[in-house]
Amino acid sequence: MESEATKILDEVTQGDYKYGFVTEIETEFAPTGLSEDTVRYISAKKNEPEFLLQFRLKAYRHWLTMSQPEWAHLKIDPINFQDIIFYAAPKKKKELSSLDEVDPELLATFNKLGISLDEQKKLTGVASVAVDAVIDSVSVKTTFSETLSKHGIIFCSFSEAVQNHPDLVKQYMGSVVPYTDNYFAALNSAVFSDGSFCYIPKGVRCPMELSTYFRINAANTGQFERTLIVAEEGAYVSYMEGCTAPQRDENQLHAAIVEIVAMKDAEVKYSTVQNWYPGDKNGIGGIYNFVTKRGICKGSHSKISWTQVETGSAITWKYPSCILLGDNSVGEFYSVAVTNNHQQADTGTKMMHLGKNTRSTIISKGISAGKSNNSYRGLVRISKNAANSRNYSQCDSLLLGAKCGAHTYPYIQVDNRSSIVEHEATTSKISEDQLFYCQQRGISAESAIGLIVNGYAKEVLKQLPMEFAVEAQKLLSISLEGSVG
Amino acid sequence: MLLQIKNLHASINGKEILKGVDLDVREGEVHAIMGPNGTGKSTLASVIAGREVFEVTAGEILYKGKDLHKLSIEDRAREGIFLGFQYPVEIPGVSITNFMRTAVNEIRKFKGLDPLPGGDFLRLMEEKKRLVEITSNLTNRSVNEGFSGGEKKKNEIFQMAMLEPVLAILDETDSGLDIDALRIVANGVNKLRRPDNAFVVITHYQRLLDYIIPDFVHVLFEGRIVKSGGKELALELEEKGYDWIKKEQE
Ligand SMILES: Nc1ncnc2c1ncn2[C@@H]1O[C@H](COP(=O)(O)OP(=O)(O)OP(=O)(O)O)[C@@H](O)[C@H]1O
Ligand SMILES: [Mg+2]
Repeated sequence: MESEATKILDEVTQGDYKYGFVTEIETEFAPTGLSEDTVRYISAKKNEPEFLLQFRLKAYRHWLTMSQPEWAHLKIDPINFQDIIFYAAPKKKKELSSLDEVDPELLATFNKLGISLDEQKKLTGVASVAVDAVIDSVSVKTTFSETLSKHGIIFCSFSEAVQNHPDLVKQYMGSVVPYTDNYFAALNSAVFSDGSFCYIPKGVRCPMELSTYFRINAANTGQFERTLIVAEEGAYVSYMEGCTAPQRDENQLHAAIVEIVAMKDAEVKYSTVQNWYPGDKNGIGGIYNFVTKRGICKGSHSKISWTQVETGSAITWKYPSCILLGDNSVGEFYSVAVTNNHQQADTGTKMMHLGKNTRSTIISKGISAGKSNNSYRGLVRISKNAANSRNYSQCDSLLLGAKCGAHTYPYIQVDNRSSIVEHEATTSKISEDQLFYCQQRGISAESAIGLIVNGYAKEVLKQLPMEFAVEAQKLLSISLEGSVG
Repeated sequence: MLLQIKNLHASINGKEILKGVDLDVREGEVHAIMGPNGTGKSTLASVIAGREVFEVTAGEILYKGKDLHKLSIEDRAREGIFLGFQYPVEIPGVSITNFMRTAVNEIRKFKGLDPLPGGDFLRLMEEKKRLVEITSNLTNRSVNEGFSGGEKKKNEIFQMAMLEPVLAILDETDSGLDIDALRIVANGVNKLRRPDNAFVVITHYQRLLDYIIPDFVHVLFEGRIVKSGGKELALELEEKGYDWIKKEQE
């Protein structure tokens, strides 16, 4: 009985990656490998101020003293940092001032990915979304910057922010994720190339969704981007991040940092749809996705909300976290992580309650298929001073088939008596009954699994902005899709 | 002939449940199947629908003259076979609306039709909801999740109304229904009766057959249809139980 269901699941869960194409563009590379010279090369390429070069060098020297963490439930082949190219940029002819000057190949690439870099081309009924498009190591285009600047909002590539707003960068960069934080954070701090920068001034509600779209294109390169979001008192912004990469036989490294600062009464909503190339059915190739994401609720009544839909990457190592420093601040983490074939994910969150009356919610939905491994790892820490704080965590795992694994590692530490922590966990399977029921209504096994999985993840998906939710739903079905009959 | 079952044998995990079932159903007919618990009524329904956990070891099922053996579960459904489940399963997070829209559109695709436009689909839902007298908020909820026993059964009839099957097999749809719900469900079936479709109603109670008048009543016993007759057979069973049939078999 089980074997029939398993067979159907096996067939259904062997889908293909739809974004695996490569764009032929002229690209400029740093020499392969990592040394102080590489760090200096990148800094010089970007014409950076001295403080930034010094920051990078300190990070690099610190990184040399560290070793790759081994505590995650992941099997990682050794990474040879001397085989990686740390900087790759599409060659541009001159400074871009309008869309016409973006390489048509690049425009075509983003069109193919369904990302519009054309401010004129609004989809009917869909609010416009400002996009920062990052390919390999550099941002190629940021849309709606001018519209946003009328509200005092700064939305630009990290490199531009370094040139135009060095004080803000200097003030906040590394303030949430110091370069000493962990191995990959140190690496990123040394060699990061680009990313997005976003500053919402006091009292401003950002009038549109902001988004960054990351694309790895060049071979043998790593992508090390850095995103910094600062929301001043009473500000609000909803930010989305998407990513894809071509299909290749080697593993490629992606080690990013995202830092969020929310002042008093500010709210930042950060949504990710992560769809890096996951490797093939036999586990060859795919992106190593080692990401440090952290936000600090600095002021009272501030709120940071992480929503992630993780379907891609060969290995995902990622724990978007909240430091709840301000009294009455709120942290949220909503996650759907899908692993299929040989993918491995170790993901979760950290909620650090420091202020009084702080609240956090964690909803994690893991979906494992094929021979994959999917782990939730979460830390809830309520410090002595965080009186009357609360956390609610719910971690569910859904298993598709018998060869995959699901694991839950909740760590809870409560240092005062007035706080309450609740944790619930479930593990379930798609039953043969459910499949039969759907198929009896004329629904193919493939669509049935898509429906059931989307239903299972609904609590998280409904947190996503409209523009993203539809895409995420499709993606969930596609990542588990294959050929049935 | 719409459905022709010949000497059907089926087993699960090596255990034979159906031991030579013969049954003929023509368009326009209503058949009732009765029989003691555990004799294979639901198994028969599942095998007709193509459930793979059951292995057909001998015999055949012809539907519209075609052998069903090679047809997948979903293709049987798309060809017009509907099964009202004895125990409908819950699908958390999937609204009935979304579920039905997926079903309707996959069936349309199979027939070479374009997906039903959203507005038309909603109108169809409203119409069918009236037919089975179910309220709006039930269809906004997830499929069967937290439904009462009776609500689950009504939902099955609603889905049947939406999909307009050619052959509907209702497995104990009357169990767990209060008197009003029973009447509503039976009315639903009666309104959907047409000269070109047929119903096979599995039930334990003659009561249902006061509302849905069957052309034939069959008794399934230990994996075989051992007695067939008109609707008076149901009355006889109600009165005498199954003992006399068991004795006849010995
Ligand atoms: N999945 C299964 N595994 C093992 N045995 C099964 C399975 N499904 C059904 N059976 C057995 O097959 C026999 C027939 O079951 P079936 O559900 O068809 O009976 P039924 O006539 O519908 O009974 P009821 O009137 O109680 O609904 C029973 O003995 C049952 O235990
Ligand atoms: Mg039964």
